[in-house]
Amino acid sequence: MMSDETSGAAERFAIGISFGNSSSSIARLNPEGKAEVIANEEGDRQIPTVLSYIGGEQYHGSQAKSQLIRNSKNTVAYFRDYIGKNFKSIDATPCHNSAHPIQTDSTVAFSIRDTDSETPNTVTVSEITTRHLRRLKQSATDYLGKEVNAAVITVPTDFNDAQREALTAAAKDAGLEVLQLIHEPVAAALAYHARPEAVVTDKLVVVADLGGTRSDAAVIACRGGMYTVLATAHDYELGGSTLDKIIIDHFAKEFIKKHKTDPRENERGLAKLKLEGEATRKALSLGTNATLSIESLANGIDYGSTINRTRFELLSSKVFVQFTGLIEQVIKKAELDVLDIDEVIFSGGTSHTPKIALLARSIFPETTKILAPSTDTAAINPSELSARGAAIQASLIQEFETEDIEQSIHPMVTATPHLSNAIGVEFTSGETVEFKPLLSTETALPARRVAQYSVPKEGGDVFIRVCEGVREIKVTKPEPKPKEVKAKDEDDEEDSDLDSDEDEEEDIREILWKTEKPIAELAVKGVKAKGKIELMVHINADLGLQITAREVGGQSAVRGAVESP
Amino acid sequence: MSSAQVINVTLPALSADWSAEKDFKAVGKLSATTQRNLEPVGPYFLAHARRKRHHRTFSEDERIQAQQNVKKTEDDEDDDISEDEDPMMLQRDAKDWKSQDHYAVLGLSKYRWRATPEQIKRAHRKKVLRHHPDKKAALGDRDENDSFFKCIQKATEMLLDPVKRRQFDSVDEAADVEPPTKKEVQKGKFFKLWAPVFEAESRFSKIQPVPQLGDDNSTFEEVDAFYNFWYNFDSWRSFEYLDEDVPDDNENRDQKRHVEKKNANARRKRKTEDTARLRHLVDDCAAQDERIKKFRKAARADKDKKRLEKEAEAKRLAEEKEKARLEEEQRKKDAEETAKADREKAKKAKEAAKNAAKKNKRVLKGSVKDVNYFADGGEPTAAQVDSVLTDVDFVISKIDNEELAALAERLTGAGKDAAAVKNVYTEEFKRLVGAGKAKDGEAKFFS
Repeated sequence: MMSDETSGAAERFAIGISFGNSSSSIARLNPEGKAEVIANEEGDRQIPTVLSYIGGEQYHGSQAKSQLIRNSKNTVAYFRDYIGKNFKSIDATPCHNSAHPIQTDSTVAFSIRDTDSETPNTVTVSEITTRHLRRLKQSATDYLGKEVNAAVITVPTDFNDAQREALTAAAKDAGLEVLQLIHEPVAAALAYHARPEAVVTDKLVVVADLGGTRSDAAVIACRGGMYTVLATAHDYELGGSTLDKIIIDHFAKEFIKKHKTDPRENERGLAKLKLEGEATRKALSLGTNATLSIESLANGIDYGSTINRTRFELLSSKVFVQFTGLIEQVIKKAELDVLDIDEVIFSGGTSHTPKIALLARSIFPETTKILAPSTDTAAINPSELSARGAAIQASLIQEFETEDIEQSIHPMVTATPHLSNAIGVEFTSGETVEFKPLLSTETALPARRVAQYSVPKEGGDVFIRVCEGVREIKVTKPEPKPKEVKAKDEDDEEDSDLDSDEDEEEDIREILWKTEKPIAELAVKGVKAKGKIELMVHINADLGLQITAREVGGQSAVRGAVESP
Repeated sequence: MSSAQVINVTLPALSADWSAEKDFKAVGKLSATTQRNLEPVGPYFLAHARRKRHHRTFSEDERIQAQQNVKKTEDDEDDDISEDEDPMMLQRDAKDWKSQDHYAVLGLSKYRWRATPEQIKRAHRKKVLRHHPDKKAALGDRDENDSFFKCIQKATEMLLDPVKRRQFDSVDEAADVEPPTKKEVQKGKFFKLWAPVFEAESRFSKIQPVPQLGDDNSTFEEVDAFYNFWYNFDSWRSFEYLDEDVPDDNENRDQKRHVEKKNANARRKRKTEDTARLRHLVDDCAAQDERIKKFRKAARADKDKKRLEKEAEAKRLAEEKEKARLEEEQRKKDAEETAKADREKAKKAKEAAKNAAKKNKRVLKGSVKDVNYFADGGEPTAAQVDSVLTDVDFVISKIDNEELAALAERLTGAGKDAAAVKNVYTEEFKRLVGAGKAKDGEAKFFS
């Protein structure tokens, strides 16, 4: 028969890859249009970013990770942040228990025995990355039954151009065309906002990406479905491993009490504790109790013990505060207030820890959505967020020509003016003046918004005043009486009673909008009773405005333009 | 994005003292903006990028996108299955599926063997939508006849199974292209007429892609490859589809075997016929192919040219050889003549030398005779003469011609002086003894 798959080789088949320091994920968009994370041959959806070599054979993922105990010298882990960097600028501490980074030329390399021979080879971090990506590609290809040849890969917001280039080159060597490198927090936001049930609204989002060895936070303005990063904060020492260390120390102390030896002094014992401690910590995110059992931890003694979640949370309270501190820090950096934040997205494996999200819940007002498994049942698995986001982006652009992609992500297109003040409509009824924003601050231009407003019951002529507005935070001292009223108002929310005990002493803070300056005034005449007015505001990149107002269902419209300053 | 957000507030009524031209008044300007980088992610960004790159406004972009979407659905519709359905075909009985044109049933008759599985699936979906019995019932059609729906199902089953599809394609006569007759070709449309034939036949080749007829400008290699391929055509065509139904009751095994045997024979026969048919077809084509004649002519011209060159070369070689032979002969003759002359000259010299020696010997003998054989007065005794002559002979026998000549000269110089003569001989003898040619005492007289 004639060839059924014409030009099958040239066709692009793209997946999303989340390439992390501790673990990586691969995802694709299934035929129903939902992003799903692909499990590798071992059934892992979070594939440890570890490669290990024994006798010339390569192990990858969790198999390689377990080699950290017996074969740590030939096991490479935590190498993502080294790619494209020179030796002087890297922090080698995460690699303490695996192959140590060494300097080769200007880049970072590892000296490992990756072949049959006894002499170790120097393998650059780019080559390691290529091998890692090749394995990921193979897993995806095996799962999908179709050669994967392109990918969208997520990177942290602080990845510089050299790192991006090195990663792109490494992926190319692995047979993957990098369609685009996207920022991890934006990918996480996209994973939530591209859900079919999601409605596009303007919101300010904090993405807290709590990883295995580092944590990042970003404030993202989401305006009309477009994302702008307003501020980022990074903590390169805070992560799941910090929590693991607490668990390790806890069990080590218990062990010392019983057996008078410190298992942490023994390299192998420490590695075992690390691996098992991590598993215990993850188990504590799901259950209230977790066990840890290690054969021959030190001096041939088998060790087994349990820890409950309360104990863990008590021990880790200081570290938890560091996580929330990072979130607060990034909001401050963006010159915003917690009240401004509409959504907090928890991403990364460590976000499974319930207490962190609960702490965040207590920082933010009730109106802020906290998207983490312990606070929102509809939350997406935080470990999968960036891979899913990458997969969504991959499906959007995989049909594009390479040139098209390049042009679209060019600074010429991405660099845009953003509104510094909100634009909305002022309502005057009697003495009170109210401002309702239509376009929020940080909206990328050009932009267009349409809104419908009610008219007075009897209809007639109405007046629209388009203004710039600013937000102020009003702080009022709580009085004992209004609290009672408030409690009554919210009596359908029963559990809020508990929270209000803590709130008692705190000030009530709320957002108030104030008109900054008027921009345009217009009138729509002869509106029918119970009619509605539709107002469209279009702002050009040069700050020129076109405003159109008309009665819904009506024929004539009032149009006007405001010239750019 | 163009959907309006509904904000639940009431707009104020227009105050009486406000008025403006066209009811609009610009009263301020926007504050300066902050320049920031958008994250190039998500569908809305891509829309923004598209607008910015193509310098479109929101409404323009929406219109263009909408147009493209409309176009796509239209393409989808008139794509494969816009063929009219033959009313006769709609009346078909599904049981008679062997004689059914599966492609026509699915509305793919213009694609036939070229139809991709994807197209077949789509065509099937479309046909089912139109002919599903439930649909007919919903339209109020009381007719319970769903035979055409069964035909559709059968056709899809045949065409989506690669094995069955090949069997059907093998006997799909509607896809065949009849080879042109000689008369048609003579009108000068060789390529236009033959190319579709080979294109249709190509579908049976196990080896893809198949070399095609080409055109007037094809090179010799291309044409050669083309005919070689077609003369060694490896076809997957088979004729199971035309098999007679094998009775599947267990009652009559003999009958079953008989039919099976008959079928196998028929298949073999048809296959042989098909191979012969194709060979014949290629023969016909080759016979009409002007390119072959052209190449043959060119080859012949080339050969002639080569032959002439070769002959000229041979002639030249022969001439050269003849010339060389003549030269060689001449050289030999010259050499012989020179040798003869040399020989004669040598002979003469030898004779001269001989004569000279004779003369010298005579001088030698004469010299002793002149001095009266060293006899002191009177006649020498016979014994003395004899001994002197013996000695002279001895000397003569021991010396060569040149020494003889020198000796003769000295003797002539000595004249008739007996002492001088004797002295000469004695010296000569001494010299001979010195040279080791003679021993003391061998000459009695001259020692």
